[in-house]
Amino acid sequence: MEEVKPQLLKITFDGIEVEVEPGTTIMQAARKIAEADESQGHLVPPAMCYYKPLPVSGGKCRACLVKVSAGSAKDPRPMPKLVPSCITQVQDGMVVENTTNQGVLDTRKSIVEFLLINHPLDCPICDQAGECHLQDFAFEHGSAKTRYEEERRTFDKIDIGPHVQLHMTRCILCYRCVYTADQITDKRVHGVMNRGDASEISTYIEKAIDNDFSGNVIDVCPVGALTDKTFRFKNRVWFTKPEDAHRNCDKCCGKVTLWYRGDEVLRVTARKNTWGEATDFICNTCRFEKKNTSEWVLEGPTKVKRSSVISANKYRADLVKKPDFALKLAATQYKKIDDSRPYVTDEETIRQQSIENNDKANHRSLLAKNN
Amino acid sequence: MARKILTEHINVPGIETFDVYRKQGGYTAVEKAIKTMTPEEVVEEAKKSGVRGRGGAGFPMGMKWGFLAKPEGVPRYLVCNADESEPGTFKDHHLMKCIPHLLIEGMIISSFALGAHKSFIYVRGELMYVIRILEKAIEEAKAQGFLGKNILGSGYDLELVVQPGGGAYICGEETALLESLEGKRGNPRNKPPFPAVKGLYQSPTVVNNVESISNMPWIINNGGDAYAAIGIGRSTGTKLISASGHIQKPGVYEIELGVSVDEFLNSDEYCGGIRKGHYLKALVAGGSSVPILPAHLITKTANGEDRLMSYESLSDGGFATGTMLGSGGFIVFDETACIVRNTWNFSRFYHHESCGQCSPCREGTGWMEKVLHRIEHGHGSMHDIDLLVDISKKIEGNTICPLGDAAAWPVASAIRHFRDEFVWHITHPHEATQPGAVYMGEMALV
Repeated sequence: MEEVKPQLLKITFDGIEVEVEPGTTIMQAARKIAEADESQGHLVPPAMCYYKPLPVSGGKCRACLVKVSAGSAKDPRPMPKLVPSCITQVQDGMVVENTTNQGVLDTRKSIVEFLLINHPLDCPICDQAGECHLQDFAFEHGSAKTRYEEERRTFDKIDIGPHVQLHMTRCILCYRCVYTADQITDKRVHGVMNRGDASEISTYIEKAIDNDFSGNVIDVCPVGALTDKTFRFKNRVWFTKPEDAHRNCDKCCGKVTLWYRGDEVLRVTARKNTWGEATDFICNTCRFEKKNTSEWVLEGPTKVKRSSVISANKYRADLVKKPDFALKLAATQYKKIDDSRPYVTDEETIRQQSIENNDKANHRSLLAKNN
Repeated sequence: MARKILTEHINVPGIETFDVYRKQGGYTAVEKAIKTMTPEEVVEEAKKSGVRGRGGAGFPMGMKWGFLAKPEGVPRYLVCNADESEPGTFKDHHLMKCIPHLLIEGMIISSFALGAHKSFIYVRGELMYVIRILEKAIEEAKAQGFLGKNILGSGYDLELVVQPGGGAYICGEETALLESLEGKRGNPRNKPPFPAVKGLYQSPTVVNNVESISNMPWIINNGGDAYAAIGIGRSTGTKLISASGHIQKPGVYEIELGVSVDEFLNSDEYCGGIRKGHYLKALVAGGSSVPILPAHLITKTANGEDRLMSYESLSDGGFATGTMLGSGGFIVFDETACIVRNTWNFSRFYHHESCGQCSPCREGTGWMEKVLHRIEHGHGSMHDIDLLVDISKKIEGNTICPLGDAAAWPVASAIRHFRDEFVWHITHPHEATQPGAVYMGEMALV
């Protein structure tokens, strides 16, 4: 007897063909490509508001806009506008241009600019720095300069409940925390008030969120607008070491990531997948109260992407691709050293020579040449 | 005298009451539709008439009705969009205030055609007295058996609900309107799914403008073909134009589509010309959202043809030399109007009314407003003009709903046609910030 398989839809994303199930969005198809081949990770459109575990999220930040140059095999007309890839479902024979379309890249650059208009750029004192989606997005797609000269909007900090602090000035209004609150409770007291760039995430009359799962709004927040008060200003993310752990919890799954500095657990978060999305929500007891290693069963170091700043300063044998890489590099560098140069003591000459030899001494260019 | 469809009896004393409206031939269309026609035949008449959505987009109403999904066991809804908040447009307000029964008759016919048993009129929240007029009219119609259970003994039930809006411009966008009607925050939805498939309470829904629906009684009485015979080309029927600004006779006028702009602007029947001693400088033809036009492109198109009051003729030449009929907010500026100040004012409106959901509109409208504020107050620099053009381009087409486009077009078109005035504001900050200072063209580029 033949197995009945759902009809797979074939789409072309940036020239790469992929077969996906009906109902998949363009974003999911792109992620499928990246999951099959890690080197294609840069093709995936950035997502600032879309969060797969929250079904209604997406379509708001416009960061993931892509060009559909052929709607489907039946109707190969291009779509007139750029479409949000996170909520647009694929059709059979669809052709999508993402990084191959200059218009898409230009739009993305402008979205970064728009998002940063009212963002304070206080990364040096922000707890989210290092795992901030906006930071990654701006680094990849933004420009180094701003054209915005006007006053930025500011808000006072508000405490939402005993453990969470809202720093509205940093918020990019992705609505993820609102949808999280919708998912964990029927009696949502926190939502968006006001309109336009004056709109703010708020709890009515600063009413605290009284819910066992309220801490998850910290995990879903793409920026540092919602922060963990037990972790505030304790440490930089990249100095801490993530370890997977679990415990028997009667409220949640109990599967978490512990963030260590030395022997001390600084914070507890939900486990996140490659796309920065929490796989399972955890309860407030696990998140805020269990901060002793003895209360957890450790599973081993969390896999962190090599590109992430969190992986810096940490030795991970499985992440180092070529063990002899450093030796090779040293050998090639050694050969480059020109021993016949005269010994110079005059400061001006040294400066001149260093400028002239700038290219030669450039570490990056050497790396590129020798690899 | 031009033909009137909507405002024929508007000056009859007491037309807002059921009895007077009935005497003028009111509710005969309901009787005809419900007693002698099937819903499909009514939809067919609407399609034949070619009446286009009067809210601004100009999408054929019959076609929109044809898209309505009809799954079994799921209720369908008709929603009348009376959240008229476009600056410069005040036609629906006039129509509902003066002749409420026309809208109600149209709603009954349209609901019957679509198979809706509960229909809503979403009225702008600021117009509470209009809501009371409508509610009174609905009570009268119900007492006479034209609404409620078993209308005219046909077995068709219809409940008509008037809902006051929350007082936001964005709630005039159809999906935001539906969200607001459901009791949520008025944020536009992502499309697809379109309201015709999943609208109010996730059921198939049609959202139509007051004026579109008010055309239905005449179409049923006289036939869709008779309606299509009025007007010009694909712009069929008549249209209410709210004329305002520096004209002799501001007000709401019903025109046959295809009247020339020159005639509408200057004849005594309509606007009566620019106010005495002044001359035309610019025109916004369809409410604040559409591109502004300079004097030389108003009565003639770029090709030298006469410009007519129709969907096609006004948009002739695209946005480079044309505009849109939009919702019919006809705003006239004479030479005493400062375009920079006006653009800033429009921009301030869109900044205030942006719902704040998607980033280009939320941040971009505020940015444009601030830059325009700076230019208007004498603190601009030359690169601000290019910056404005760039921002408007980045907003346009990248947002969830058309509010982003509506915010970008007036700014882009003002700079396209009146760039020298912006330049003057920047190079002559002292003169430009004097009270009542207007650029009179001494720097005009030849």
